[in-house]
Amino acid sequence: MPEPMLALSGVNTRIGQYHILQGVAFEVPRGGLTMLLGRNGAGKTTCLRTIMGLWRASAGSVRVEGRDTTRLPTPELARLGVAYVPENMGIFAGLTVRENMLLAARAGPPDEKRLEWVFGLFPALRKFWNALAGNLSGGQKQMLAVARAIIEPRRLLLVDEPTKGLAPAIVANMIEAFRELKRTDTTILVVEQNFQFATSLGDSVAVMDSGRIVHTGAMADLAADEGLQQRLLGLSLDAHQ
Amino acid sequence: MIRSLLSADPPGSRLLAASLLAVLVGLALAPFVFPGARSLDVAARVAVFVLLAASYDLLLGYTGIVSFAHTMFFGIGGYGIGIAAASWGSGWGSLAAGSLAALACSAAIAFAVGLLSLRVRAIFFAMITLAVAAFFQILASQMSWLTGGEDGLNFNLPSVLSPGTKLVAAPVLGIDLNGRVLSYYLVFGCALALFLVLLRIVNSPFGRVLLAIRENEFRAEALGYRTVVYRTVANCLGALAATCAGLLYALWLRYTGPATTLSFDIMIDILLMVVIGGMGTMYGAVLGATIFVLAESYLRDLLRLASDATHGVPLLPALLHPDRWLLWLGVLFVVCVYYFPHGIVGRLRARRP
Repeated sequence: MPEPMLALSGVNTRIGQYHILQGVAFEVPRGGLTMLLGRNGAGKTTCLRTIMGLWRASAGSVRVEGRDTTRLPTPELARLGVAYVPENMGIFAGLTVRENMLLAARAGPPDEKRLEWVFGLFPALRKFWNALAGNLSGGQKQMLAVARAIIEPRRLLLVDEPTKGLAPAIVANMIEAFRELKRTDTTILVVEQNFQFATSLGDSVAVMDSGRIVHTGAMADLAADEGLQQRLLGLSLDAHQ
Repeated sequence: MIRSLLSADPPGSRLLAASLLAVLVGLALAPFVFPGARSLDVAARVAVFVLLAASYDLLLGYTGIVSFAHTMFFGIGGYGIGIAAASWGSGWGSLAAGSLAALACSAAIAFAVGLLSLRVRAIFFAMITLAVAAFFQILASQMSWLTGGEDGLNFNLPSVLSPGTKLVAAPVLGIDLNGRVLSYYLVFGCALALFLVLLRIVNSPFGRVLLAIRENEFRAEALGYRTVVYRTVANCLGALAATCAGLLYALWLRYTGPATTLSFDIMIDILLMVVIGGMGTMYGAVLGATIFVLAESYLRDLLRLASDATHGVPLLPALLHPDRWLLWLGVLFVVCVYYFPHGIVGRLRARRP
């Protein structure tokens, strides 16, 4: 069995007096798109931030391509090819779109072909190339956040709620962009609340509840089992279509 | 050419461009346009404080580092040249050795303070720098055998820079070109060159990372930037520029002492210059320092004129008495901060062109 791109084992994370992650364990297979689902407050964002080293795991291990990265500083992890798109349009509002993109291109000025590919995914960014990122609309900011993460080829992309607060048309654009992204070598882990988005894109899924993983499997299986959705996520598919 | 000199960071507003040009031309022609020892002294102080404020803006405005040790580095520059000239004579060699020693000392202290303290929260870093600056000020006062104590150090410069040296026999545009004018142009030229270097730094990829760190340190780390390293390098660069400002100030005054370089009042002054001019703009340092130094130098004279003009009116002459200049300086700053919350440059750029 091939080694997974990402493997978490018994991960515990505490923030102040709160014990958020309580033995999180799951794997993200190479190449595909894995959805991390769960109710609000289940610990999904904490999980991504722990993987990225922004919060330290107090116990357990995080492995990226077999390498233990639990104690690795965040910049080192980024240099290994792990990119992180934070929730709430995590861009640098005081810099221009161009500057945001250049900042993420660590290996030097971005390759023209790659830049054209990114513009193909998010055409609005070409139009607002020299505009202040803080002046973009919510959807454009989210596009910039994702575009910034993929301006260079990445091994693993961690994305936190890419559709949060976006209009349906922008969500459709985002789904197309992720479909295109899935055709590359990049492995993607997406935290999402939008079940339709999750079923449209996810190959595999992990569901969190109260700081633990309560289900892992194929996304198609979860999408087909309404009872399981009700039990795990407390939702009915009809309400989200 | 001009765009390249300004590191592709044009003023972005005609009014701002005109103001900056007025400051530049005023300083470049100061010996001819504003003759007299006092006005030349004000012009030299403007040039030095523009550099000092710009170096502080690199920390505060571009990196989000609140340091109270900036005057310490300014003082190290002043004492470097002062101690060298007082101990080893007034030759160029001793000035160069003193300058290099001061720069090395500043870089080492800034590196140590940065590496040890920039991991902690901003408020703790500010407190640490305050303690280090106070320690250095006490050290300079106590080690009187080396620093001259509270009296400071008077020293001589190479003869070509002394006021008695005539560079050209006949007056040029009615002005005697002597060593003092040469000293002024040395100070002005170095300050201008170093300001352009700072402008280049903040507009480089390194400067972009600093802005990102200021805005969100975690996001910058997630992009792969070791923020402590960048903040430490910025701290060292700011310290080196402040040391150069100290060197130039001592060169101009031919004196260095705790009151002129290490005082906490100067720290407050440069903080005000940066805030009034506009943080994170570099050009803000130019306008902030110019307005501040001019107000500090001429407000008393203006108040004297106003007081005389309102003679006979109840209360006003007393309120406008020259001794109340600090009160009016305070009012001026409150008005500036109230009407220009993003600094003068921020306001001018907001209403471009």
